[in-house]
Amino acid sequence: MDILVQTLADGLVIGAFYSLIALGYTMVFGIIKLLNFAHGDLYMLGAFVGYTLLSLLSGSGTGAGLMGIVVVLLLTMVIVGLIGMGIERVAYRPLLLAPRLSILITALGVSLFLENGSMIAWGAQYQVYPLQLSHDGWNVLGAQITYTQMGLVLISALLMLGLHQFISRTLYGKAMRAIAHDQTACHLMGIDVHKVIGLTFFIGASLAAGAGTMAGAYYGTVNFMMGFIIGLKAFTAAVLGGIGSIPGAMLGGLLLGMMETAGTFVFGGSWKDVVAFSLLILILVLRPTGIMGEKVTERM
Amino acid sequence: MSLSRKKISVALLLIVLCLLPFLSNNYWLDVATLALFYVVLAQGLNVVVGFAGLLDLGYAAFFAVGAYTTGILMTVYHWSFWLTLPVAMAFAAVVGVIVGAPTLRLRSDYLAIVTLGFGEIIRILAINLSITGSASGIYGIPRPSIGGYVLSGQMDFYYLILIVAVLAVLAVRRLGTSRLGRAWMYIREDEDAAEAMGINRINMKLLAYSIGAVIGSMAGSIFAVKMSAIAPLSFSFTQSIMILLAVVLGGLGSIPGVVLGAVLVIALPELLRSVEDWRYLIFGAALVAMMIFRPQGLWPARYEVSKTASRVSPSVRKGDEADVSLDVEKYNA
Repeated sequence: MDILVQTLADGLVIGAFYSLIALGYTMVFGIIKLLNFAHGDLYMLGAFVGYTLLSLLSGSGTGAGLMGIVVVLLLTMVIVGLIGMGIERVAYRPLLLAPRLSILITALGVSLFLENGSMIAWGAQYQVYPLQLSHDGWNVLGAQITYTQMGLVLISALLMLGLHQFISRTLYGKAMRAIAHDQTACHLMGIDVHKVIGLTFFIGASLAAGAGTMAGAYYGTVNFMMGFIIGLKAFTAAVLGGIGSIPGAMLGGLLLGMMETAGTFVFGGSWKDVVAFSLLILILVLRPTGIMGEKVTERM
Repeated sequence: MSLSRKKISVALLLIVLCLLPFLSNNYWLDVATLALFYVVLAQGLNVVVGFAGLLDLGYAAFFAVGAYTTGILMTVYHWSFWLTLPVAMAFAAVVGVIVGAPTLRLRSDYLAIVTLGFGEIIRILAINLSITGSASGIYGIPRPSIGGYVLSGQMDFYYLILIVAVLAVLAVRRLGTSRLGRAWMYIREDEDAAEAMGINRINMKLLAYSIGAVIGSMAGSIFAVKMSAIAPLSFSFTQSIMILLAVVLGGLGSIPGVVLGAVLVIALPELLRSVEDWRYLIFGAALVAMMIFRPQGLWPARYEVSKTASRVSPSVRKGDEADVSLDVEKYNA
């Protein structure tokens, strides 16, 4: 029983990170039908920008208080969100009408660029996060659930709730949903399509960056390659939930996190990634629309 | 006249390649050998990405399948190298079908991600399984022999991979101008129209994928005996990306372009030793810039298909050629 609860709790934290990244995948895919390979690297960038900001903050001798951490998190999200917008402007916008293969290869190039740019900027070795999170917590049915874990899940839930409100309540959210349906019609209706696409990239990138900063604090170390595997897994989560569907991405992330933790427990840690990728291939074969996807599989 | 000039330059290039071991030192011979490996790999990937338009991000997996099949058969079961070659190729084709069959029905983007995941699965399998020697890999792979002559020197392997590279180039060139090649390009340009014309798009894609897999595994088998030791590190995602870069840089679907791309991908890092850390950053930026400013590559495909078709059957109407050139424009745009 205690193992089950522990697995659920650990999986929930990882799942929350996956959900936040999967949201960016799904939003960008929903709006311009692009698989943004570089998305995992925005998560990595978020971890590094957060690392630098926290280092600056604790370097001044005050130490990062709770308020400081929140400020760093928000600031990181804004900075990386702007970088995401910049990437869209420079690399993807000129290719929106090009063959699909071109834009996929471009995304790959952006990913290479971000990874190696970060390696040059922050070094190839693992960096230790300048933040000690408490290991205290509650004992629930024999499982140890730390306050940190609860805090991270809570922040993730707040971010997702905020996104949901934004998409369903605001005019820009409405525009996003409309563009996902029919871009040409939106253009004719006077919606500034490029502006909304840019905004989508901003939101997607900042959610991934938020996950990156939190993951950096949670695991304690960051590295320039940390975005690669997790990007793949977040994509798995997005597909699991149904790509293009926002609640699907949230659900898919949480499910994948828990399944993976369970898989690690059953098969051992070295098979963790194989579990996730096999799951991806299975979903694509058996139910390519995912749990919440409504659209039938379309061709090129 | 241009044709004969082309023939002369190809012949000259071959002569230079044959004489290269006598003209260069060991270091550059090694670089040339590696470049020829990349020529084979890039031509294999060219069938998949260039001809059929399927983005394969785990191509190194087939390289690994070939290398490990040969490595295991030779060290554990003491097979002759030449016997392992067809087995490795058949095995790669089967793996290609297993991975391709379920995913090729889906959108092309999914294929990209699934092949990426598949490449990682193969690498993790190689690290975790004991038969593949875990993280340290397989070592002590025996040298192959022809008759009584054991291939062991740098020069022997250079000539072996040179022969394979020439064969691969010829094979892929002929595939590209065949009925199959035309079907692939049709699928790449317009899948629905191709299907309406009676092309079985799933089977054709599967065939492209498997042929790519076979060529990749062949390079892998030779890699195993050349290095005599293989480790999972050689088959990482970066390897897949570098092969893809060779194809994109040279020109998707262009035979001479892909050869040029493979040589550039290997030679440039050697020349840019001083900026080692910046290498992949530059490559990443190059991919983006290529796609935006010159998506057809450095040496674009010329669509010789239409020329040979009109030469073989003079009755081909003018209209057909016009259509082909229109397609080219669309593709290049």
